[in-house]
Amino acid sequence: MLKKVSFPHMGDYYHAFKSVAELIGQPLVAPPITKKTVELGFKHSPESVCIPFKYNLGNYIEALEAGADVLVQAGGGCRFGHYAETQEEILRKLGYKFEFAKLTNDYGIIGIARDFKKINPGVSYFKIFRALALCMVKIACIDSVAGRARKNVGFQKTPGHIEEIYKNFLAKIDASRSILKIISLREKTLNEIKTVELKKSSDCLKVGVVGELYMLMEPFANFYLEKKLAQRGIEVHRFVTVSTILKEYFTGDFFLQKHLSHAKPYLKHHLGAHGTESVARSLSLIKKGFDGIIHIKPFGCMPEVSAMSALANLSKDSKTPILYFSFDSQTSEAGIETRIEAFCDMLYMKKAKKLNLKA
Amino acid sequence: MSQNKTKLRVGIPRALLYHKYSKLWEIFFKVLGLEVIISPQTNKEIMARGINCSVDESCLSMKIFLGHVDWLKDKVDCVFVPNYVCLRSGEELCVKFMALVDITRNTFPQVKVIEYTVDAINQKTATAGLIVLGAKLTRNPLKAARAYLAARKSYEANQLQMISDQEKRFQENKKSGRLAIMVVSHPYTIYDNFLGKPIVDYLKELNVEVIYSDRVDKEKARRLAQNLAKTLYWSYHKELLGAVEIYRNSVDGIIFISTFPCGPDSLAINLCQSRIGNVPNILITLDELDSGVGLKTRLESFVDIIKLKKYQTLNQGILC
Repeated sequence: MLKKVSFPHMGDYYHAFKSVAELIGQPLVAPPITKKTVELGFKHSPESVCIPFKYNLGNYIEALEAGADVLVQAGGGCRFGHYAETQEEILRKLGYKFEFAKLTNDYGIIGIARDFKKINPGVSYFKIFRALALCMVKIACIDSVAGRARKNVGFQKTPGHIEEIYKNFLAKIDASRSILKIISLREKTLNEIKTVELKKSSDCLKVGVVGELYMLMEPFANFYLEKKLAQRGIEVHRFVTVSTILKEYFTGDFFLQKHLSHAKPYLKHHLGAHGTESVARSLSLIKKGFDGIIHIKPFGCMPEVSAMSALANLSKDSKTPILYFSFDSQTSEAGIETRIEAFCDMLYMKKAKKLNLKA
Repeated sequence: MSQNKTKLRVGIPRALLYHKYSKLWEIFFKVLGLEVIISPQTNKEIMARGINCSVDESCLSMKIFLGHVDWLKDKVDCVFVPNYVCLRSGEELCVKFMALVDITRNTFPQVKVIEYTVDAINQKTATAGLIVLGAKLTRNPLKAARAYLAARKSYEANQLQMISDQEKRFQENKKSGRLAIMVVSHPYTIYDNFLGKPIVDYLKELNVEVIYSDRVDKEKARRLAQNLAKTLYWSYHKELLGAVEIYRNSVDGIIFISTFPCGPDSLAINLCQSRIGNVPNILITLDELDSGVGLKTRLESFVDIIKLKKYQTLNQGILC
């Protein structure tokens, strides 16, 4: 019998991760994140660990309850690289029986392929590389479609139109196994979004969201922040996606150095994880004339807290507002909503003043 | 021209890595012929200053560091801030150490920061970093090299002395039958006048022998840390968990001290606690609102429980 493989949720990426999970066994998508998932995660996690750990743990528990045999966790900088060992220990203490597969901390296509070979020696390298390529193409396509949808979703004439196109796209991509088909599907969907009727003026408000990657990419965790902004008629830009992260890892130091040079004079050294990028992106967005920046992170996120002192100076020097959100177990949706509302009102007022001055 | 006027005044904040490398830095700058000003022991005022000028969510140790820089900023020409990125390949440090220079620069734009970088991946060693820094400050590379060698010699001698002292005291204590409790914590927490010192003092008051987690053979600790946490990659936590592994069977209890909200601690200490089995242990998280009274109660009851347990087993031994 095939083993059932599960992995934590992050946004819509499970459509792509599934094709890699097939290398180990039969993919089992963890139940979607709900309040219950979050509660389970919080209950069994160490108190002061960051939020993504807790969400992941909740996903694992629900997946195990649904019958998963193998759990997969990735790795990375800051605390993320050490999630796996602590999570495995907690789940074992809870009495679950499972295999735990941890991927390498230093991403690289060969390293990841080797990891999969180690986890499942029966699968050939050809199959591994094909699955990885398929997964990456899917990720890239999801990101480009989601990026275009994000910019336009707040301005459609018939609400829900773009969401529907996006949903159909995800359903099709899920079933698709050919790279060429996926790419043509992407082109088709992008064109479809282009044809959606919009009532967008050229000087609409533009806001960039920067910060910690999990909080940015998991809409449940950030209380659908992007949606809330779009509803208020704001064009939302986000640059942290799985494809940019992979691109940065595969090209070694190149992008890191680029970010660092963009973050001058506020930074001289790297801040670790995405801290440098948060500062560099904010600076370049402000230079491009964005109206505001929203910086989000889980409570106690080490690299992003380091970035905040630089961001504060940046905001002061450029007179561009930056809104900081920090998410923990006590964060309430109403609080976020109020702050977003106030922030948007302020941006609108600022913009109106600017236009008046010009006129 | 008088000597005093030309002497550069270098400020060293008494926080974070100072508690680890104090001997190295102090002697290095003194031999270079600079005037070294070290901020005083952490007190209420420094803590308040630090809290005022730092981001709310940064960890307590970072707030205290900024408090020390704030104290120094008007009294010196430049502040010395080390930039520790990576001690050996395959390992990392908490990201606050690599962000330290930038946080200081951004929080105090008027302060001149002098720094040296340690980054094993990019082949930047402490030796090269300090000698280059010294050469820049004095325009005399030879003098810088000499100062570094002298500083390093006394730093290493001091480290060995501390390790052997602790071992000696531990062995003596074994004979006397007093309780021995290990305190597992970063040097910048346990040696801080405001954070760790009250705890150590109180434990001594309770007639307990305190074993420090940083006074062990570092290489041995690094190797042994594997037994407790296989994928751990924070260099300083490897040393801490290795120390736990060295002493765990010979001490009566372990006290973990962490500052709120320490990132690596939240994972590593939780893992360690769940793996050291039946050794009595307690985690104390310090934050800026601590009253001290609650702390004493917790420590007292912890020590009482261990005492009870120890004497019960001793009595049973006699009865058998």
